Amino acid sequence: MSDSLFDKIGGEAAVNAAVDIFYRKVLADDRISRFFDGVDMEKQAAKQKGFLTMAFGGPNNYTGKDMREGHAHLVAKGLNDSHFDAVVENLGATLKELGVADELIGEVAAIAETTRNDVLGK
Amino acid sequence: MPLIEFDGNKYETKPDETVLDCLTRFDCPPPSSCRSGLCHTCMMRATEGTPPESSQQGLKETLQQQNYFLACSCIPTEDLTVALADSSAAPHFEATVLEKNLLTPVILQLRLSVPEGFSYIPGQFLNVFRDEHLTRSYSIASVPALEKVIELHVERIKDGKMSGWLFGELNVGDTLQLSEPLGECYYLSGNPEKNLMMVATGSGLAPLYGVLRDALNQGHQGDIYLYHGSENPEKIYLQDELEKLAKLHANLHYKPCISGDGADGNIKDRANEIALDTHKNLKDWRIYLCGHPLMVADTKRRAFLSGASLNDIFADPFEFSS
Repeated sequence: MSDSLFDKIGGEAAVNAAVDIFYRKVLADDRISRFFDGVDMEKQAAKQKGFLTMAFGGPNNYTGKDMREGHAHLVAKGLNDSHFDAVVENLGATLKELGVADELIGEVAAIAETTRNDVLGK
Repeated sequence: MPLIEFDGNKYETKPDETVLDCLTRFDCPPPSSCRSGLCHTCMMRATEGTPPESSQQGLKETLQQQNYFLACSCIPTEDLTVALADSSAAPHFEATVLEKNLLTPVILQLRLSVPEGFSYIPGQFLNVFRDEHLTRSYSIASVPALEKVIELHVERIKDGKMSGWLFGELNVGDTLQLSEPLGECYYLSGNPEKNLMMVATGSGLAPLYGVLRDALNQGHQGDIYLYHGSENPEKIYLQDELEKLAKLHANLHYKPCISGDGADGNIKDRANEIALDTHKNLKDWRIYLCGHPLMVADTKRRAFLSGASLNDIFADPFEFSS
């Protein structure tokens, strides 16, 4: 029986290892850090966990509507494709740092990509 | 939009408006202070309707079950009938004022008796109730293992209703009404080798003075770095005591930081800047931050970026109200 993508990456343990690394990269990235300003850090980290779980193909209950509504105020502040790309880039870099294989990183990027239109309210 | 019924009147909330903001808009707010869900001053009870769980964060299970909630965090999802939390909601303790000492012209040390049943961990805070409309939070600076007293450091706030009263009218021998101890900004035993970085501004020193003495008393092995900052010397206090402690304990390092008033001020001389610049890699450190909310939020973020884990950062912002 073949493992799911989530299992191959390392399941919840991988998500926990990735959250701090990913969140730090995002806060330090000048292209997107302003979208994370002034937000309660613990709440943000919890949302990152949810996002990473979903991107790793794990169990998650986000609907397209959730993604749309959750990001609407950021779209109003100018969130666009370039920012989405930056986030996916940081996600890839995080996984590379954790030693995840390239083809699995590709699969994660593909899952993240399916949320683009909802996140950007297109 | 949901209706809030309070004191016999019905008020319609605006979309995404908290109960506190709504009642403030109609000129009948409950007491409040931090407006961030931390100090519990705005606690109310829903006698009809159910407040959302998010407005009950931090409240004891028994209070949650009885529909107590924090007005500043409550965006109602249905009509609610609400009332001020009465004194049976949270235990009140009565303490006697044993000593009042001015540590500087703007910092008052209050030493109180420990009421029966009041059990605290150094670094926690409590609420002082002057009457049902005036409540303020103060951090506890004392250490039960060292002495049987509750010590508070009160900073004089311009037009401060509570600090003015405590400074000017409260006498030794008077009693004070206190809440139970609250908060999670305290020493955790279990990792005695961890390095601790502590940054405080003004009276934010109070909880950290308790935490560091608690740590040393429990035999903490790792290095403890305390940076106490103020714009001017008026809020640098307990300097002699801290210097003595640092001489006695090789692992305690104390640095008072005076950054200068207003235009003469030098950002680089601020306690948090010096701390972050001195310790560039905070992986596996535990961080304690108390005092000015902007300093606390900014330093928390930067400590995280320097490698500290979020669960190892204990932030206690002092939201001042007058």
